[in-house]
Amino acid sequence: MTAALEAPAVRVPARNRRSRRLVWLAVLLALVLAAALASIAVGTRSIGLGEVWRALLDGDLGTEEAVIVRQLRVPRTALGLLVGLALGVAGALMQGHTRNPLGDPGLLGVTAGASLAVVLAIAWFGIGTPSGYVWFAFAGALAGTVLVYAISSAGRGGATPVTLALAGAALSALLYALVRAVLVSDQQTLDSFRFWVVGALAGRGAEVSWQVGPFIAVGLVLAVANAPALNLLGLGEDVARGLGQRIWPARVVGLGAITLLCGAATAAAGPIAFVGLVVPHAVRAITGPDHRWLIPCSGLLGAALLLLADVLGRIVARPGELQVGIVLALVGAPFFIVLVRRRRTAGL
Amino acid sequence: MTARTTVRLGPVSGIVRWRQLVVPLAALALLVLLSAVSLGRGDFPIAIGDVLRTLAGLGEQAQEFIVLELRAPRIVVGLLVGLALGIAGALFQTFARNPLASPDVLGITQGASVGAVAAIVLSGGALGGLGVPVAALAGALLTGGLLFVLTWRAGIDGYRLVLIGIALWSAMAALTDWLLTNAEIHDAAAAYVWITGSLNARTWDNAVPLALSLVVLVPLALAASRVLGVLQFGDDTARGLGVRLPLAQAAVVLVAVGLVATSVAAAGPITFVALVVPQIAVRLTGGSRPPLLASGLLGAVLVVGADLVTRTLLPQALPVGILTAAIGAPYLLWLLVRGRRRSTL
Repeated sequence: MTAALEAPAVRVPARNRRSRRLVWLAVLLALVLAAALASIAVGTRSIGLGEVWRALLDGDLGTEEAVIVRQLRVPRTALGLLVGLALGVAGALMQGHTRNPLGDPGLLGVTAGASLAVVLAIAWFGIGTPSGYVWFAFAGALAGTVLVYAISSAGRGGATPVTLALAGAALSALLYALVRAVLVSDQQTLDSFRFWVVGALAGRGAEVSWQVGPFIAVGLVLAVANAPALNLLGLGEDVARGLGQRIWPARVVGLGAITLLCGAATAAAGPIAFVGLVVPHAVRAITGPDHRWLIPCSGLLGAALLLLADVLGRIVARPGELQVGIVLALVGAPFFIVLVRRRRTAGL
Repeated sequence: MTARTTVRLGPVSGIVRWRQLVVPLAALALLVLLSAVSLGRGDFPIAIGDVLRTLAGLGEQAQEFIVLELRAPRIVVGLLVGLALGIAGALFQTFARNPLASPDVLGITQGASVGAVAAIVLSGGALGGLGVPVAALAGALLTGGLLFVLTWRAGIDGYRLVLIGIALWSAMAALTDWLLTNAEIHDAAAAYVWITGSLNARTWDNAVPLALSLVVLVPLALAASRVLGVLQFGDDTARGLGVRLPLAQAAVVLVAVGLVATSVAAAGPITFVALVVPQIAVRLTGGSRPPLLASGLLGAVLVVGADLVTRTLLPQALPVGILTAAIGAPYLLWLLVRGRRRSTL
């Protein structure tokens, strides 16, 4: 009798939390869907949702609107979804692994490596289109991450969150120095590079999504698989080890996922710092620190945020547009500051 | 020599940590040496004897011009900027208990960049000597003030400081990028050199205001050092030990912002000094947190040394901000690889 009375008393709060999280998950999904529809409908030429629907259903429809929807808007929206998902998830993983609120995926050397590779691609190989940069940026991002991890684990104690963060910051500093050394003396390269470095979805075309999509898919699977281990690692390595968690496989899976996700996203859209940095903090205020919820929710919010920012960038600067990276930072920063001030942000 | 020695003089006793004494002294010696060499080297090499004679006021007119009007202000600006950035970095990193919390990451130097780039780009290069530093100072102070006001809630929490700082950083970085993408490419190139941080063509007009403000700010920072040590134990312990918390926190943050703003106005945001140098200093001295004075002196060594390298060793003069990263970062990496495992700041 007492047991029957006590059991619900213990379990009800847990179930409440669970249903609240499920509601949030549904809200986020709806938000992503709405953002995707808006991203297809809004632009220099606004297209009604009915028109969008017809263009999507009937592949042979030859009206101007249908062509715009199928050849410009849908690929751009798909790319935005992919990049936003990847950056949000990578940010959550990164902050979990470094246990540092400044744990931006760029910190692992991804952005710096990709930047250097793109600068060299422009300066030495004369490549000038975003889809031409993709493989350079991806290779640079991978090389940057591998170097950071190699250096931070070369020390006597192996890679700790602090050595990882510092090695990433120091190596990024070095790579950026090389980038700047090229740019201060080469105006032509600066002219191309300054448009890549703000981060944008425009002019990428469908092939970029197909190029980076598989890497992002693998990264997402690894990230979800990494979540339970990350919860244990959050208790400290010693406690995690005591609970039976093997440390380095978990780290390798997590860092591999971050590298794939962030490298692919940066390769596709240029460095977009804000999503990976800020989305996990916002989500943590909703879901709490449990990574099994934090990681998927960060991905969804990242995708919604990126798409909405892209739409906003097309609205505010008509008939031109403002690059998504700039919109994100300028609109997202005040929101984030309000969030930080109003809530007691959950620590890591 | 052991790491620490107990010294007794009658009733007085204390612990001398040798590395914390030796490192600043060595940095000071190195700084004097580098400055002296830097005065003599350049496109017109001048022998060290002539440099000394010129400093005493007995040199030829041409040498006097080169040493006193071209090189000395540049070296003084570099030295002071390094000092200020090193100390500011140590203050922020200790205060936030986070090795990544440097003014570069918290948005203050980015704010300065917005001001300077706006001045260069919007005026089409017409605003020369004075306008850009003033705009940079305004940008840095504005961002720093914003950081302070937004973070303040009956005191400053280090964690909140860091989070709001990165939000400001990304907003300011986006503004800079936006200005750069919309500018004429010539203006963009000029602005890009400025935001890399350069000591080119610095005169006494840059050095004197910087020196005057540091005369006030550096002693304040060093005075805050004691409080910082207590703040490290956490807010509750600090309060228990009698620190007037909001006052101490406000003082630390405002002094650090002031140091960054004045140095950025003088030389542009010389990158990564404030991030890298305190971490190098803490690894050299072996303490538990970045030492202020040693960080400042090592910062000065890094900037003056990097400037010397760009002017003499490189075939093409690069802005000093590139060299500070190119020299400082590998050194920190080497210390990381060599060092023992640290899991704290």
